[in-house]
Amino acid sequence: MSEAATAAVAVEGRNLVKAFGQGNAAVRALDDVSVTIAKGEFFTLLGPSGCGKTTLLRLIAGFESPTSGAILLDGRDITALPPNRRPVNTVFQSYALFPHLTVAQNVAFGLQMLGKPKAEVSTTVDRMLALVKLEAFAGRRTSQLSGGQQQRVALARALAPAPQVLLLDEPLSALDLKLRKEMQVELKRLQTETGITFAFVTHDQEEALTMSDRVAVMSAGQILQTGTPRQIYTRPANRFVASFIGETNFLTARISGGAAHLAGGVIALPAGTADAPTATLAIRPEHLRLVSAGTPGALPATVAHSVYFGTDSHLHLRLADGAELVARQQTAADGATGPDPGAEVSVMIAEGAVQVLAE
Amino acid sequence: MTQTAEQQQKAATTRRNWALSAPALVVLALFASGPLLIVLVYSFLRPGSYSGVEWQFTTEAWQGIFLTRDIFDGTLGWADAHLSIFWRSVKLSLTTTILTFAFGFPTAWFIATRPARARAFWLFLITIPFWTNLLIRTFAINEVIRNEGLMNTVLLRLGVIAEPIRIIYTDTAVLIGMTYVYLPLMVLPLFAAIDRFDMKLLEAGYDLYASRWQVLRRIVLPIVKPGIVAGSILVFVPSLGAYVTPRVLGGGKNMMIGNFIELQFGQGRNWPLGSALSMLLLLIVMVALLVYVRAATKGGQHG
Repeated sequence: MSEAATAAVAVEGRNLVKAFGQGNAAVRALDDVSVTIAKGEFFTLLGPSGCGKTTLLRLIAGFESPTSGAILLDGRDITALPPNRRPVNTVFQSYALFPHLTVAQNVAFGLQMLGKPKAEVSTTVDRMLALVKLEAFAGRRTSQLSGGQQQRVALARALAPAPQVLLLDEPLSALDLKLRKEMQVELKRLQTETGITFAFVTHDQEEALTMSDRVAVMSAGQILQTGTPRQIYTRPANRFVASFIGETNFLTARISGGAAHLAGGVIALPAGTADAPTATLAIRPEHLRLVSAGTPGALPATVAHSVYFGTDSHLHLRLADGAELVARQQTAADGATGPDPGAEVSVMIAEGAVQVLAE
Repeated sequence: MTQTAEQQQKAATTRRNWALSAPALVVLALFASGPLLIVLVYSFLRPGSYSGVEWQFTTEAWQGIFLTRDIFDGTLGWADAHLSIFWRSVKLSLTTTILTFAFGFPTAWFIATRPARARAFWLFLITIPFWTNLLIRTFAINEVIRNEGLMNTVLLRLGVIAEPIRIIYTDTAVLIGMTYVYLPLMVLPLFAAIDRFDMKLLEAGYDLYASRWQVLRRIVLPIVKPGIVAGSILVFVPSLGAYVTPRVLGGGKNMMIGNFIELQFGQGRNWPLGSALSMLLLLIVMVALLVYVRAATKGGQHG
């Protein structure tokens, strides 16, 4: 999304460092991270656990203060403000609903703390409960609700004060698969309807790809790549991003004359690819196609074994130099099985599918 | 047909349940209700000449709590001395409850927020006083606060004060003693409640624009209320009947109900009055608990 760069900025993190512990034992949860979240976008921080994504979210919420760096909200420096004076709200991983209050009282809490008049509080609460389809549960205790319903209350409670940014800390991780899928759609709908900027933290690449306008992939306290889901999937910046998002085959090759030279053959690369004695190639499994052995322009390979997934199978192949490749084959309409282990085949790589990675 | 079978089953279960709880019921009847019944009966009898009771029904003891016959002209008047003892007992017990809460809440919060191992250590420290006899602990407090005691000696030597602080044998001394003695009874239930409290709710509160004070009042206190209620009951009830502490720290003249009752069975040689006073104390405690628990649970519904 090219307009994201030029659109108004909702949140900006400048050279954020967060160290836990003292002296030599200090761990840098965030190591000089700069990030820009545009107004009205669904921005996702994606990474494995311990990569610093939740720390970054907590810095924006104000639960932690950065060791150095600054946080700007709508152009205003909020680094020193406590959480209760920042116009951002959080949906917690554990929901953190108030057990002594009803659903409606939970949703009203933020509005009451802001000192809104009673009439406004009650109309906003009604509107929020309608938004998350919980009108019928207004008078219930939160302990009487299912996980998915609690999730909706947490969303309504955080959206009620109309925050400038809604922070979501792995809100779907406690739900089962089916409910998670429903809530993904629901979250996207809420974000579109309210127009509020969402900053979403997850370790689930599918969540990141399906919901986000932009994704920042994090690892070891740093942001490795920021871009649209498409950019991140098709043009990963490095080996970590390529392997963390989706499945990827990595091959080592020598590049010369605009082509990659492997033991078993030559793969054409986009024009202008610089020569290199050794380079890593990333190829997605779905871009590999099996053809009969000896087909020109294809790499000879042996089938090691195959794993059946229903809609498709993963064929594990061994190239002439011993390198392993995984190819994804759609299940045939007639249910025919693919080649048996040990079969000699050739692999055709779709044009433009090869990505040369920076080391 | 099936219904009768079901009913028979139900009756059998009921019989078995009663049989199983019989030992406990017998113990309760013999050692809890039995003595109480004796006290109740004694309160309606005439005092014997040299302690004990005469088996003759009268309500004189109950009247004697509130009314007293003037020794000179024989007219009936309010028993001001008795009423002031009751009033002092209630006042001191309420103040003790409030003081133990004021000191106990931060203590319990501190312990509950320590790492698991440190928590066990702090709880251990809290329970240590229980290992020592109450009388000895009270005399220790006496030793600290008396006119020539530890506190005054140190302060005088340091030149902080010119005259010893005279608090021994006053209500203040009784308050200090009772707060010290009953503090663990407040800390332990508060700790149990705070330990169950989800600290994430603090962040949720701050996140929703609540100040620290609002988080405490609107989130923490309502949720740990069962602990506050339990702690208050555990402190208030024994405070009201306290005997040793007012005796040792309050001297002879600052009596509480407990001392006054003891007096009736000792020098006073008026067992029926002592019994009536005991029953009244029981009544006050029950009414106070009823009012308190009802108010506390109703308060939980606020919005």
